[in-house]
Amino acid sequence: MIRGSTLRTVRLGVKNLMLHPLRSFLTTLGITIGVAAVICMLAVGEGASYEAQQKIKALGSNNILLRSVKPAELETQQQSSMAPQRYGLEYEEVEILRETMPAVRVVVPVRELNKSAAYGEFQVNVPVYGTTEQWMSVSGVKLYEGRFLVEADSRYSLNVCVLGTHTAGELFPFENPIGSDILIAKKSFRVVGIYGPRDDSESGALAADGIVIPIESAREYFGELEIRTSAGSREFKMVQLQEIKVQIEGEGNQLEDNVVATAASIRQLLTLLHDQPDYVIDVPLEKLQAAKEQAQIWQIFLGVIASMALVVAGIGIMNVMLATVTERTREIGIRRALGAKRGHIISQFLVETVVLSCAGGLLGVALGIAAPMIVEAASGMKAIFVPSFAVLAFTISAGVGVLFGIYPAWRAAQMDPVEALRHE
Amino acid sequence: MADPKSGNTPSSDVLVRLDHVERHYVMGHTVVRALDGVDLEIKRGEYWAIVGRSGSGKSTLLNLLGCLDRPTGGHYYLGGTSVGELNDDEISEIRGQRIGFIFQSFNLIPQLTVLENLEVPLFYQDIDPAYARQRAVDLATKVGLDERLDHRPLELSGGQQQRVAIARALMNDPLILLADEATGNLDSRTEQEILALLDELHSEGKTIIMVTHGQTVADRARRVLYLRDGKVEQIVKNRESAIHEDAVLEQ
Repeated sequence: MIRGSTLRTVRLGVKNLMLHPLRSFLTTLGITIGVAAVICMLAVGEGASYEAQQKIKALGSNNILLRSVKPAELETQQQSSMAPQRYGLEYEEVEILRETMPAVRVVVPVRELNKSAAYGEFQVNVPVYGTTEQWMSVSGVKLYEGRFLVEADSRYSLNVCVLGTHTAGELFPFENPIGSDILIAKKSFRVVGIYGPRDDSESGALAADGIVIPIESAREYFGELEIRTSAGSREFKMVQLQEIKVQIEGEGNQLEDNVVATAASIRQLLTLLHDQPDYVIDVPLEKLQAAKEQAQIWQIFLGVIASMALVVAGIGIMNVMLATVTERTREIGIRRALGAKRGHIISQFLVETVVLSCAGGLLGVALGIAAPMIVEAASGMKAIFVPSFAVLAFTISAGVGVLFGIYPAWRAAQMDPVEALRHE
Repeated sequence: MADPKSGNTPSSDVLVRLDHVERHYVMGHTVVRALDGVDLEIKRGEYWAIVGRSGSGKSTLLNLLGCLDRPTGGHYYLGGTSVGELNDDEISEIRGQRIGFIFQSFNLIPQLTVLENLEVPLFYQDIDPAYARQRAVDLATKVGLDERLDHRPLELSGGQQQRVAIARALMNDPLILLADEATGNLDSRTEQEILALLDELHSEGKTIIMVTHGQTVADRARRVLYLRDGKVEQIVKNRESAIHEDAVLEQ
């Protein structure tokens, strides 16, 4: 019925709209603002979720982190005797994990000590990590100089250490630390390497502070008893491992499945091994998934709010089109008398509405691409524009045009030609 | 009468045939009989005038003839097709293909140029735009407006607008030309011009049906139908015009 003439119908529609440029522009404005708002809100939502995800990703989404925590009952219990409080993860659990968990690439024990380190007159208080040669692969750091720990270091409890870049800078402001000996709690360790952040992410910067030593050396030289003096009271505690990092193998979805499955197994295992809640299991992937989900809900919420503007704009368009139809009653009568079918009239007015809303949509997309940058500059909120937002918003605007154009067009088509011709 | 939709034409020269056509309006509890049993036969190439006072039903009759309205009783055959039984799309098609309208108030579309106004009827027939444009130019030339193709209706005089309307009515090469008080809005000099143009079209073989309330205008037609209270009062064969018509036919 309208096959080849679609283009001409569109041209006619544009021409009719241009007869009232201001009216058309004002009608369009609502759609423009609505589309820009939708894109902007989605971009703000995306920005928020991106930031959350980055933080979690830095922890490594293929890792499962087990950490020792002081159980709540020990926390409140007044320390009466010199007997140390025992809790937390233990060495043998590392072996159990290595042997029982499938899909595990590495299991890295971490014993964290707070010791002072010194080289000549320079002294720092940094975390000292007793760990294995695999630590680097699970910690978001890379080797800058020298070598990292090797298996033999742990096996023979060698007193070698690897310094974080920041720590190295503090202890050795003037010379190359490799090959020098430093004192960690009065024990001598030889510096064999320097590690540093893999990129400039936040966690990488944290990793730049610290000293890494073989886990067996840590155990041998410093033991497990930790005495902490605070506010006049003394605290004795025995914690074997502060942390066990488990890295899962696999790629993509396979990896995600492995992480989820292994995390569940580890939870079960630790429930059996521990009689008190003295550990936490941190699965960055789960957090990531949760963060993604939450971000999605947030984004949908923002998008829906912004879409209200589009609905309001659609009502505005419908209002204008109803007025236009009334105004052009005579023209409708003429066209009907000259052979236009109802379908022709419907498509003529529908095309006008859709042209209006699509023009508004395009302007809105342009504004919507610019707006996130403005928001970011003005408020400091992160906003990320994704092309699919523009596609979505534009599609909605076109849909609004069709939806709110149908009724006026139908009204126009239903007019009685005789009545329409008589209309003044 | 066997198959009312197709045919029932005693002679193929009969373009319009009204069989006891009625058009009744229901207004509240009263029935207005705008047309009350009209019989009429119009043959190809004839020039008719329908005359009557306002309220006589002549506008209703014209709307029926133009397929803008449907009879509530009786049958109307246009070129062999019974119009009353068609659906809206079919009846629109009939209007687009078989009818040419000329209105008292010209009824050009104000935002379109002369050329675009002329193209409107063929637009709805899915006809090649290039052909439509050529035909529009040809017909504009025929009515003497080839210099005004890009003007808008409001930039033209009344007489010129009516010429555009006549050209538009010819675009689809209709079976019948329907003129509704075609000269009602024009001064007497322009009226003569337009009537001369209609005479010319008639002499070329067009079938013309004109509604008017003016006797002088009606005198131009070969046959005059006097309508009164929705009924045919009398049909008069107009001698002067008839002679003119015969002369044309002899040529």
